[in-house]
Amino acid sequence: MASRVKEVGMRWLNNKDTLYGFLVILPSLVLLGIFVYGFIVQTFLTSLTDWGRDPAQALATNPQIRFIGFENYRELFTGFVDARFRQDLVNTFFFTIFFILGCLGLGLGLAIVLDRSPKGESFFRTIFLFPMSLSFIVTGTIWRWMLQPEGGVNQLPTLVGLPKGEFAWLTSRQQIWPVSWNELPFITALVVGAVLIFISIAAFRGGERRRGWVAAGSAALLILWALTLGRSLQPLPYDEPHGFNLAFIGIILAAVWQMSGYTMALYLAGLRGIPEELREAARVDGASEWQLYRRIIFPLLAPITLSAMIILGHISLKIFDLIFAMAGADNAPTDVPALLMYLTTFRANQIAKGAAIGMILLLLVAAVIVPYLYSQLKSEVRR
Amino acid sequence: MIGRIFQYAILFAATLFFLLPVYLVIVTAFKEPSAITLSNTWQLPERWHWESFVQAWTAFLPKLQNSLFLTLTATILSALLGSLNGYVLAKWRFPGANLVFPLMLFGMFIPYQAVLIPLFQFVREIGLGGTLWGLILVHVVYGLPITTLIFRNYYAEIPDEMIEAGRIDGAGFFGIYQRIVFPLSMPGFVVVVIWQFTQIWNEFLFAVTLVSSPANQPITVALAQLAGGEAVKWNLPMAGALLAALPTLLVYIFLGRYFIRGLLAGSVKG
Repeated sequence: MASRVKEVGMRWLNNKDTLYGFLVILPSLVLLGIFVYGFIVQTFLTSLTDWGRDPAQALATNPQIRFIGFENYRELFTGFVDARFRQDLVNTFFFTIFFILGCLGLGLGLAIVLDRSPKGESFFRTIFLFPMSLSFIVTGTIWRWMLQPEGGVNQLPTLVGLPKGEFAWLTSRQQIWPVSWNELPFITALVVGAVLIFISIAAFRGGERRRGWVAAGSAALLILWALTLGRSLQPLPYDEPHGFNLAFIGIILAAVWQMSGYTMALYLAGLRGIPEELREAARVDGASEWQLYRRIIFPLLAPITLSAMIILGHISLKIFDLIFAMAGADNAPTDVPALLMYLTTFRANQIAKGAAIGMILLLLVAAVIVPYLYSQLKSEVRR
Repeated sequence: MIGRIFQYAILFAATLFFLLPVYLVIVTAFKEPSAITLSNTWQLPERWHWESFVQAWTAFLPKLQNSLFLTLTATILSALLGSLNGYVLAKWRFPGANLVFPLMLFGMFIPYQAVLIPLFQFVREIGLGGTLWGLILVHVVYGLPITTLIFRNYYAEIPDEMIEAGRIDGAGFFGIYQRIVFPLSMPGFVVVVIWQFTQIWNEFLFAVTLVSSPANQPITVALAQLAGGEAVKWNLPMAGALLAALPTLLVYIFLGRYFIRGLLAGSVKG
């Protein structure tokens, strides 16, 4: 294989067919180059301007736009008016965590049950996966009706004679687990430090000593910084509490309803790939069912869990249509950056600030996706 | 034995969770508007009332037609381009292909909010602002990464010997595609077409930002607007949701196998 590739590499310019191949793919590359990378650069440049600050200039045919550096970003993270953006980041954080946990838990549970080949397996599989074929708009419309404060889900207990539920779902203004925005640098450093320690332990176990030392060293530095200077870095001159908005519970419920079939399908494919002999051997050795899962099956499913977490994580960072349809674009308790970008840009005409929010979203998604793509394509080498 | 009972209890509870919303949509859509109250949400309609579907059908027919035209055109174009790209990346690797491919793939993960502002201006400047053709262009371009990926992984399974045999028979780049690769592509096309059809039919962000005039709206935008209005009775949005869901739902029910393959292909490895 490698020799063929080298050969192709050397003769490609005088080989008509490889040249044709390149010319065939060229239009797609140019289009994606413009639509993905060109537009990202343009959005970034826009985010460094004041386009839209002056409402009179926002929609002018030839708007006067000034370069203002990272001012929009500074305002989003530390400005008084943009507290909503910071709450949105916190919302996305909690939504992502619970959405991923819900999908992984439910998906794995259903996959394990289905893997034991119950009667009607394909019927159940079809039922659990069908929401994946719906649009988030349809799901959102349905669940908006399910979660009306006086109806739907809240009426369910009355069917068995219990008092009806009182939770306001999407319109709830309750917030729990408040944390001051000023604590954020400190907490972020601690969390990243903990992740690095985890990576370092994994590296040592895998015999990669150098990687282990680098990770452990960075973790030590980060935690040292957090404990000494971390609290003195205060983005805001006052405390601004942000917490988990309970209105998101309904959104999480609908999102898990829609996407847990996906994790189920992934896990089921993984379980089906585990050879029966392996399970038999463990049973012969006297392992209980629980030990079998704990020691053999779950470790084999770990790579699937990681892929699922990344795919679901990037979906949850981008979540837009579901919330738009369920709670409306203007429902502040259920706002996320993806929605705020839309509102800021296309409703409030604050174009530069919208661009800045878009860039922050891109960075968040890239932080998840780039390492993933790198590892996926590296392990594949070339076929 | 207890394990068995427990297992079916889980399956039953999960089925309830997944189907309750469906039940609610159907009973609400079939109720007369005056019979829809919050306290009788879960009751079956006393009189099955078809009118809401007739109303939703008349209101949504133009939007369904928009969605159908948009979806079919963009699906076919992006599938054809993806097939050619996948053929090149699987069998005619040019220098730099290893760098270009991940750069292409990244395009399918980006949050489109990061390109929306220039995209909006660009589509307007080339004279396609607010039209379905503008939306088609956007869906074809951002569909390229996934269609290319699926076809590349699919074509990687075709043995190199077959390509070599074609060359010996004197076939060139296009001849081999036409005579060897394309005829083997049907299953690949089925997966890609189903995937793109579902994605584009269900898409909302581009549709709501790039198409402003109601005449060109796809169904998702129309449904979101209808359901978002506060005063509306729920029979109409529910009937509309059923109509909007029907095409992709039918595809899923009848071609579920291929749908799942597309789903799993989205996690990059084939």
